[in-house]
Amino acid sequence: MYRSAMFDEPLLNEIPSYKIDKIETITTLPKSLQRAKKVDIPNLDETQIVRHFNHLSQINYGIDTGIYPLGSCTMKYNPKICEEIASWDSFTNTHPYQDISTVQGNLEIMFELERMLCEITGMDYFSLQPAAGAHGEFLGMLLTRAYHEFNNDNKRNEVILPDTAHGTNPATVTMAGYKLIEIPSTKDGTVDLDSLEKAISDKTACFMLTNPNTLGIFESEINRISKIVHNAGALLYYDGANMNAIMGKARPGDMGFDIVHLNLHKTFATPHGGGGPGSGPVGVKIKLEKFLPIPRIVKKNNNYFFVYNAPESIGKIKGFYGNFSVLLKAYIYITLMGKNGLQEASEIAVLNSNYMKEKILRSKKYEMPYKKLRKHEFVLSCEKLRQEKGIRAMDIAKRLLDYGLHPPTIYFPLIVKEALMIEPTETESKSDLDKFIDALIRIADEDPDLIKNSPKNTPVKRVDEVNATRNPITTWNMI
Amino acid sequence: MEFIPNSNLKKQMLEEIGLKTINDLFSDIPKNIVINDLDLQNGLSQQETDKKLRKIASKNKSLYELLSFIGGGIKPHYIPPIVKSIISRSEFFTSYTPYQSEASQGFLQAMFEYQSLISELTKLEIANCSLYDDVTALAEAALMCSRINRKKIFIVPENISYDKKSVLKNYTKGADIKIKEIPFDIETGKIDINQLEKNINNDIAGVYIENPNFFGIFEDQINKINKLIKDSDSLFVVGIDPLSLGIVKSPGEFGADIVIGEGRSLGNAINFGGSSLGIFSCKKEFLRQMPGRIIGLTKDSSGKRAFSMTLQTREQHIRRGRATSNICTNEGLCALSAVTYLSWLGSDGLEKLSKINYENGQNLAKKIETIKGFKKMFSGTHFNEFVIKCEKNPNDINKELLKNNIQGGLLIDKWYPKLKNCMLFGITEIHSNDDIENLISKLKGVSNV
Repeated sequence: MYRSAMFDEPLLNEIPSYKIDKIETITTLPKSLQRAKKVDIPNLDETQIVRHFNHLSQINYGIDTGIYPLGSCTMKYNPKICEEIASWDSFTNTHPYQDISTVQGNLEIMFELERMLCEITGMDYFSLQPAAGAHGEFLGMLLTRAYHEFNNDNKRNEVILPDTAHGTNPATVTMAGYKLIEIPSTKDGTVDLDSLEKAISDKTACFMLTNPNTLGIFESEINRISKIVHNAGALLYYDGANMNAIMGKARPGDMGFDIVHLNLHKTFATPHGGGGPGSGPVGVKIKLEKFLPIPRIVKKNNNYFFVYNAPESIGKIKGFYGNFSVLLKAYIYITLMGKNGLQEASEIAVLNSNYMKEKILRSKKYEMPYKKLRKHEFVLSCEKLRQEKGIRAMDIAKRLLDYGLHPPTIYFPLIVKEALMIEPTETESKSDLDKFIDALIRIADEDPDLIKNSPKNTPVKRVDEVNATRNPITTWNMI
Repeated sequence: MEFIPNSNLKKQMLEEIGLKTINDLFSDIPKNIVINDLDLQNGLSQQETDKKLRKIASKNKSLYELLSFIGGGIKPHYIPPIVKSIISRSEFFTSYTPYQSEASQGFLQAMFEYQSLISELTKLEIANCSLYDDVTALAEAALMCSRINRKKIFIVPENISYDKKSVLKNYTKGADIKIKEIPFDIETGKIDINQLEKNINNDIAGVYIENPNFFGIFEDQINKINKLIKDSDSLFVVGIDPLSLGIVKSPGEFGADIVIGEGRSLGNAINFGGSSLGIFSCKKEFLRQMPGRIIGLTKDSSGKRAFSMTLQTREQHIRRGRATSNICTNEGLCALSAVTYLSWLGSDGLEKLSKINYENGQNLAKKIETIKGFKKMFSGTHFNEFVIKCEKNPNDINKELLKNNIQGGLLIDKWYPKLKNCMLFGITEIHSNDDIENLISKLKGVSNV
């Protein structure tokens, strides 16, 4: 039986400590800026701090704890060797402005990583600057705007996306100042070509698409989609959150995509760190190269340089050169896996997903609307359970926690009622997949009250998130 | 295959689900775009990978081999081993965004503590649990000001970093916000307050002031600036160096509405400029306009204290096209470093650290000024960075220093043509007196050539 560790861990400021407010005045500091008393941070001993955070770590679930099948998040195992190498001083303790001759190793990694990502995606050039997928999307929109403005095509103020799109897509579109147009999916769960044709016009700047989409379905009409978009003079954008499904099998560049972002913290096994840091490199076709952020990395006579002179460049979207530590880990991962390993990763990611899907559907406890063949993820519906027993997707997610399993993504994509979005990744063993499958099937037959009152084996019982929003307490001073 | 446990079970698993080959799973990809192979190298073993990376690493010189005095907002600091020990707990670093509160109490509580400590530093009521970096945090602040007061002009000093200017322009373009730059006073290095007064009016969404500023100078006319901003009904955005706050007033104490800053120096390695940690804090009244994730304290169904993400209705995964920002992945683990580091420092440690940084800054500047051909450019009081005007070409000076394994100051005339032959020096608590003497003696050597 599973039971999580449990601590009634006090907040840092509740641990007994001493405090002296009085501050020593520095007379040479301008009077208007002199501090009157010390910043209120508890003074603790190192032992107390270590125990505090170790207790906290023990009431937290990571991939190293168990399966983490969050759909569209690609929570795969993060090889330890990547962490180890990325922690070497010769990488961590280098300054972005130190003399270029003394950071040739860093530039080599960035240069080579750009080439690797180009090959994997079929794009011509990459920028490694974005710090996250959504940040990459935003760069994609800036490049879109720069491209159309350069061509004096100034009335394109709309971006189209399907109703299955990740939440970051519409948020990015608005943030970039574009008008958002959402089109419905077909009964297959794919892009509705008629709706696309109707929505697209000489006002369309771009069509954003995830392929395979968030239902895990490959958009088989991608050739026609590409044609429709390009005939209208718009650009085709690839949200690479689901790249883990197709490495070495197909490439967005070959599908006609003009701009691509990748999530290195998904597909390329860098840890998600409880929320970040991530990295969202953006690849483009040659016609968009001149707009990429500066600096670009150039190799000449076996030496690497930063090039800042790029008059059409959009400039920058982040300080310095992006999240180098994450880039380095992805470079190490690709080096370890090689061409065969990456292809094998995608093949097994898709196999694991279809294996789970098939086994779960055979139980007839859950339904799966839309097309049957899925890629690296699939989306179940618990609508039947809701109607028959009043159990919701949220309840099932919480009950899975009692089995020591991390639940899937829930309530997304929005076009599936009571959605459970499951992405096992290639790094889970068959026995771990089986455990998850069994738990999910067993839960469907459990006492509804038990499920609705779950979880019970976790450090806290079901958390009241509505109250957290209704009465926001976001620092210890507000308690 | 390594990291892919089911490699050897392909046949069995395919059979169990009624398929024959792996390619049956990819039959929905149109033939014309199917590829068989990637043009990449074959994978290496862990041992071979280690060897390959050691060779690449040897082409770098870390700041342990190279004594660095470079400024520009990013400098080496001492990181106590406790930080690595905590952030290497893999329950933390291999976890996702804490959507499932019950399985994420540890990280959630740590982020709640991070928000609390940032709020103590800024003396504003609330903080989020990180943005990408200070640069994008400034851009988000400009957008937030405009969301709050519907005005469309944002004022920044001329002497913020190039990165900040460029990112700000890119982020605000979509919202149609105009950026107006206020020149710096060439004597003091502070913002030209007369110019600010001339340009401020009721159409200004927000005003950004950096303290210390990009030249390392403290903006001590802060009370007057605050009055100008409040009188014009605009919002006051302040950029901080968190390590200065052990001795310098918190922005909340002189009228700031929003505070942004770079938290890399709070226990995070330099890492060639990334990762980074965008600090974002503001007044409570703006809670619902704030970008990024916020962790809240609540209770579980038995009434026990518990933590969860809060106000998610501001965020992209709920609000989609009407979210306050598109940010999803942030810099969580860097925030964990920061909370560990700050609790290791404590209030006493932070004061001491700020003081050493300030004193080293004064000491180094004084010593450089004694050398012929080097002059402090500005009269304003500085923290741990400062601008030196050189008689000789600073590029040549840096080349000479590099021969002695010293990294000199940052050349800044490419961004500020008014500052020809100027270098931005930076120093921190890691520099000993011997390090300072080392630089001084080499600079003397250069000036005598």
